[in-house]
Amino acid sequence: MDARVSAKIQDVFEEPACEHNQNKSAKEKKKGCTKQLSPGAAAGGCAFDGAKIALQPIVDVAHLVHGPIACEGNSWDNRNSSSSSSSLYRTGFTTDINELDVVYGGEKRLFKSVREIIEKYDPPAVFVYQTCVTALIGDDIEAVCKKASEKFGKPVIPVNSPGFVGPKNLGNKLGAEALLDYVIGTEEPEFVTPYDINIIGEYNLSGELWQVKPLLDALGVRILSCISGDGRYKEVAYSHRAKAAMMVCSKSMINIARKMEERYDIPFFEGSFYGIGDMSETLREIARLLVEKGAPEELKARTEALIAVEEKRAFDRIAAYRPRLEGKKVLLITGGVKSWSVVAALQEAGLEIVGTSVKKSTKEDKEKIKELMGQDAHMIDDMTPREMYAMLKDAKADIMLSGGRSQFIALKAKMPWLDINQERHHAYAGYEGMVDLVREIDKALYNPIWEQVRRPAPWDVVAA
Amino acid sequence: MAKVVESKKACTVNPLKMSQPLGACYAFMGLDNCMPMMHGSQGCTSFGLVLLVRHFKEAIPLQTTAMNEVSTILGGLENIEQAVLNIKKRASPSLIAIASTGLTETKGDDVDGYLNLIRRKHGEALEGTEIVYVSTPDYVGAFEDGWGKAVLALIDAFAQPCAREDDRVNVLPAAWMTPADIDEVRETLEAFGLRANVLPDISGSLDGHIPDNFTPTTLGGMKMDGLRTLGAARATLALGARMDAAAAAIEERCGVPYKVFDRLTGLAAFDDFLAHLSQLSGRPVPAKYRRARTQLLDVMLDAHFWVGGKKMAIGAEPDLLYGLAMTAAEMGAEVVAAVTTTPSRVLEGMPCDEVLIGDLEDLELRAKAAGAQVLITHAHGRQAAQRLGIPLLREGLPMFDRLGAAHVLRVGYRGTRELILLWANTFLADEHVNTPNDWPLPEASVQAAAGGGCASGGGSCGCGSSAPASGTESEMAG
Repeated sequence: MDARVSAKIQDVFEEPACEHNQNKSAKEKKKGCTKQLSPGAAAGGCAFDGAKIALQPIVDVAHLVHGPIACEGNSWDNRNSSSSSSSLYRTGFTTDINELDVVYGGEKRLFKSVREIIEKYDPPAVFVYQTCVTALIGDDIEAVCKKASEKFGKPVIPVNSPGFVGPKNLGNKLGAEALLDYVIGTEEPEFVTPYDINIIGEYNLSGELWQVKPLLDALGVRILSCISGDGRYKEVAYSHRAKAAMMVCSKSMINIARKMEERYDIPFFEGSFYGIGDMSETLREIARLLVEKGAPEELKARTEALIAVEEKRAFDRIAAYRPRLEGKKVLLITGGVKSWSVVAALQEAGLEIVGTSVKKSTKEDKEKIKELMGQDAHMIDDMTPREMYAMLKDAKADIMLSGGRSQFIALKAKMPWLDINQERHHAYAGYEGMVDLVREIDKALYNPIWEQVRRPAPWDVVAA
Repeated sequence: MAKVVESKKACTVNPLKMSQPLGACYAFMGLDNCMPMMHGSQGCTSFGLVLLVRHFKEAIPLQTTAMNEVSTILGGLENIEQAVLNIKKRASPSLIAIASTGLTETKGDDVDGYLNLIRRKHGEALEGTEIVYVSTPDYVGAFEDGWGKAVLALIDAFAQPCAREDDRVNVLPAAWMTPADIDEVRETLEAFGLRANVLPDISGSLDGHIPDNFTPTTLGGMKMDGLRTLGAARATLALGARMDAAAAAIEERCGVPYKVFDRLTGLAAFDDFLAHLSQLSGRPVPAKYRRARTQLLDVMLDAHFWVGGKKMAIGAEPDLLYGLAMTAAEMGAEVVAAVTTTPSRVLEGMPCDEVLIGDLEDLELRAKAAGAQVLITHAHGRQAAQRLGIPLLREGLPMFDRLGAAHVLRVGYRGTRELILLWANTFLADEHVNTPNDWPLPEASVQAAAGGGCASGGGSCGCGSSAPASGTESEMAG
């Protein structure tokens, strides 16, 4: 493998701020966070997928995939990351290499592609994504990007995260490394304020950032740069001037948060927009860090005042659903921190969590779940589709909340299901989002179709 | 007749094309109790899986050999072995169907050789599960090629001569055909007393039915027995030019004669199909099709007012493109832009001047330049249609932003009827309402009527100085 990618991967694996990592022996650390995949029984995206997910929400950049048609042709424009301005990020650019390129190398085609994009679309920057085939044949995308940058006078950024180096999560971090190496710190903002923050690892899926931004606006806190949801190239480039940063729960970009703290003295905390308590805690942490970095002390009091009003407003609205949702059983299948951050809101609405997945959760996450759900919390490490189906079919749960992948397991068992992953069309962030989530659960549970689809056809009813 | 040209661009913008291994695995999904698998990195499978889930709104069985860079360089024998054994243990399918990818083809894995080793080593453990392999590098061809190659690979692996059954007919659907299309073809054959043996048959697996139990493999489709008895048919009907090779292979191996129908959309095209079935079965065309035909004629008469003369821009894989474009031309519409993904013998017969092997950016630019009034392509055309300000009619795969992909019907009299009505209604809904300012007079006429000289002055344009009649004449000549 390319020595540079290999060094980057080791670097990412040794991430000191990652709790997963802290609990490992030196030998385990070296092996890194890529669990050995089991052929014939694996699911999930590759490292290229991960890098693209992490960076594509930068909306004004041309994202060019260097590889055969599969990598872009089978996958483009498939996420719900929203933009408030440019839609260039939704344009699919790929070198679509052919057999001759595989034999003679694809570097020339790549260089020409960058030129065509700059001539036709004039973006502030081009991001070039490496893929398996072009990595295997030895195309040097760093060199091509360097030459293209010089020639066209525009940033052309190599993102070296070919699919076969590991899973999606590793790709998130390799994508982040590209920003650290080539983008962050290369431009300056017009002005700075004591209230400037970065939000790291938020992708603005279904426009969720906009459920949170009004809260920050009201407090006078400015999102200097969101990495990467609804982001602009220059915002990322001058993000090093923020006073503080929030790292959004999933840890997908923990390396950006920690290295920006190291390099630019930007303190960060790990927070979540999901769940009422979490949203409030996030606002408090933002205020605390900004005050620590010199913002006026009164920010804290204003934050508390806003939290009090907004929490009450949200809980009042959720409580209205309580009589209808009390005692309904929820199976929650999702990754990492989201598990416990959603649990509290569901409990507020009277829902009972009969099981939650902890496949991607840390030790700390699991402790929090126990705290919330009691010692006998039903934590599911790795549930096969067949087991999920059985659990729903046997009515051990009334509704499943999960990602799109397991949607049909629920629906084919004729059980209500709600999408809470990346491809969803509803936004569930902040106070507003939790109210919406509870409303959606109510809507799903009480839809009249359930009774109809479960009723057997008259001719299938055995005469008594 | 059309000239076929390839795009000269280095960079593909907004791909129309999808990759070969995905087309191959999609074909494998039309086999019962099958587990399709891509031999590549897990992303290859993940992207394809998500695409098909979004299209069908169904669980999609698709596995991966989960290659990483070390296993790629050392060769994928171990990964394929583990994958096959894992799948056998967890799902025990009748068939494990493997398609290679760009990654493993670049390395040059000898998968056929690996499979021989694996069968020898684990013969007993794998009893009851067949394995088939097709070579489909991502950097060659397109989705439709992958579909065709997969069907050919299945025939090569399983078709054998066997005792002829007089009412049996093999049907090889085109890659674009939906479960509804396949059902329509099967029912048509049944109306002639013929039994259709459909390869591949996604109408059994991806039609959205609700099974009684959870199964991780395909939920229906052609059974292994159907594959092994392809040789029992009296004829093979190939429903798209891409199926030429597969149909010929059945004839070569089993002596079953074949006929290729390049399309089943359009009046004349389905007339030919029914005439052929009538000849094959020795039965007259059933009354229900005679009735459906006059209904189609009526719709053609009603719709030609709205469809005739309309400018259409179409982007689709060759077999689908051909059926749509021919039907459009037969309704008097003009195909002003035609873009496709991969070479095919049908392209030269397209009813337009040029067919471009290109992408959706090409289609958008050509549609704009030619003033197309409707954009016809898969769901990825949505951004282009929005920019062009014209309606998008979704045809083909993927169709991720609308429901009911499995139930779209485009073949036969009924399918043609639905398609033409969709076109007509789209134009009806978009109908221009005339305004007082729609027919402005040219400046010269206005000047002439005002009694003044020619607008350009000096009489250099040659028009008379004041006579209105001569002004009109020169306008007409211009």
